[in-house]
Amino acid sequence: MKKTRFYQKHLNANAKIVSFAGYEMPIQYPKGIIFEHNLVRNSVGMFDVSHMGEFEVKGKDALAFIQKITTNDASKLSPGKVQYSAMCYENGGIVDDLLVYCIEPEFWMLVVNGANINKDWDWCLKNKEGFEVELYNATDDINLLAIQGPNSKATIQKIADIDLNPIEYYNFKMGKISDFDAIISRTGYTGELGFELYFRGDTSVAEKIWDDVLEAGKEFGLEPVGLGCRDTLRLEKAYCLYGNDIDETTNPIEAGLGWITKLNKGKFNGSDVLAKVKEEKPKRNLVGFVITVDKFIPRQHYKIYADEKQIGEVTSGNLSPTLNKTIGLGYVEAAYKEPGTKIEIEARGKFFPAEVVKLPFVV
Amino acid sequence: MNFPEELKYTQDHEWIKVDGNIATIGITDHAQGELGDVVYVDIPDDITEVSAGQSFGTIEAVKTVADLFAPVSGKIIEVNRSLNDNPEIVNKDPYGEGWMIRIEMSNPAELDTLMDVEAYKAMLGK
Repeated sequence: MKKTRFYQKHLNANAKIVSFAGYEMPIQYPKGIIFEHNLVRNSVGMFDVSHMGEFEVKGKDALAFIQKITTNDASKLSPGKVQYSAMCYENGGIVDDLLVYCIEPEFWMLVVNGANINKDWDWCLKNKEGFEVELYNATDDINLLAIQGPNSKATIQKIADIDLNPIEYYNFKMGKISDFDAIISRTGYTGELGFELYFRGDTSVAEKIWDDVLEAGKEFGLEPVGLGCRDTLRLEKAYCLYGNDIDETTNPIEAGLGWITKLNKGKFNGSDVLAKVKEEKPKRNLVGFVITVDKFIPRQHYKIYADEKQIGEVTSGNLSPTLNKTIGLGYVEAAYKEPGTKIEIEARGKFFPAEVVKLPFVV
Repeated sequence: MNFPEELKYTQDHEWIKVDGNIATIGITDHAQGELGDVVYVDIPDDITEVSAGQSFGTIEAVKTVADLFAPVSGKIIEVNRSLNDNPEIVNKDPYGEGWMIRIEMSNPAELDTLMDVEAYKAMLGK
């Protein structure tokens, strides 16, 4: 099991550690997931997300290579811009969702899910043939902290050597954090104002930046927050989680990721199948629902019923601390996808009433 | 972590406090810590009698769901309904305000099958 360079800091903060994506990661700290969730929504929290994978793509054909392996149109990017995208197999199934960073016209970075690093790396190598590109798996070199919440900018500004104000959502700048080179990226998985800091360096560098962020955020009550609230925060915004809401058996169109599937950009992995799915309309769709009556949390793989037959399956579910309601995502047959549709979730031999709602759950 | 001396414990991490033939039941400090934030405690109204080992409800936490098991047999004479609105009490005070049900025991000899504090600690490796 791998450890990030913040591991000792997690132990010092009495984190509850779990295995996740091959790393020992903090799922929560002693105050708990709901506290951490609200801290990010209302002020600012700091996540260690160094388990994410970073692949560097350099060379003359870097853009052409990325265009082939991803669904979104990377030609729209210029240096300093970030794009949410996906990689698909030829059959349209999703290899992974990812962020694409344009650092220079011939220097790009792909940020992939920690649990998929090996699979994605192999997939990139397999697709590299014919392209003049050099790939480097920088995962073990790069530390990644996500500082998220309305007070994140005021926090990071104190330890950054550049003005953060001009950095718009899904943009980044190279700068220094505590005198160390970093990619300062206005991105995140929480739906709040937030910054992700990518930086190289050993444990002493990582711990220095960790301590400096904590100190800078002290006046806002900043605390380290774990993967548990990362999940509840992203679910309220209906951001897909790979392994739950999307995987190799789902395609971006049915997952509601048509907006990152640019069929007019030219051929790419899976484009023929995806064009057909779009044309014929998906048979099932990822929808959001709320539990309307009972005290019950829907969990992955619980079955969804309507009209006395199974019409789908839950992919994610949890309490929404912001709404104080139970919410979930799942695939349902297309006839049941409209907001207002009454459905039922089966668990433990009981049927719990729910209703399809418009996404996101929390605007 | 807190392990009150006077309680009996089960392998499913419930505690039992005995007063005459009345047993008060809740989940242990270890259990609430493992579950994390408790968001719902669901004890159905229609269960009035339980036998030892039977599920009397479920507890939903942010990360997982767990069944609640009756450690002893008998009639459920009281349910802690304040957990409906304030399930977080189970996290804050698992051995006090976070109690769940009271059972009028029909077979107090079942208590002999439960663990004392030392055995429970040993099971947890404490």
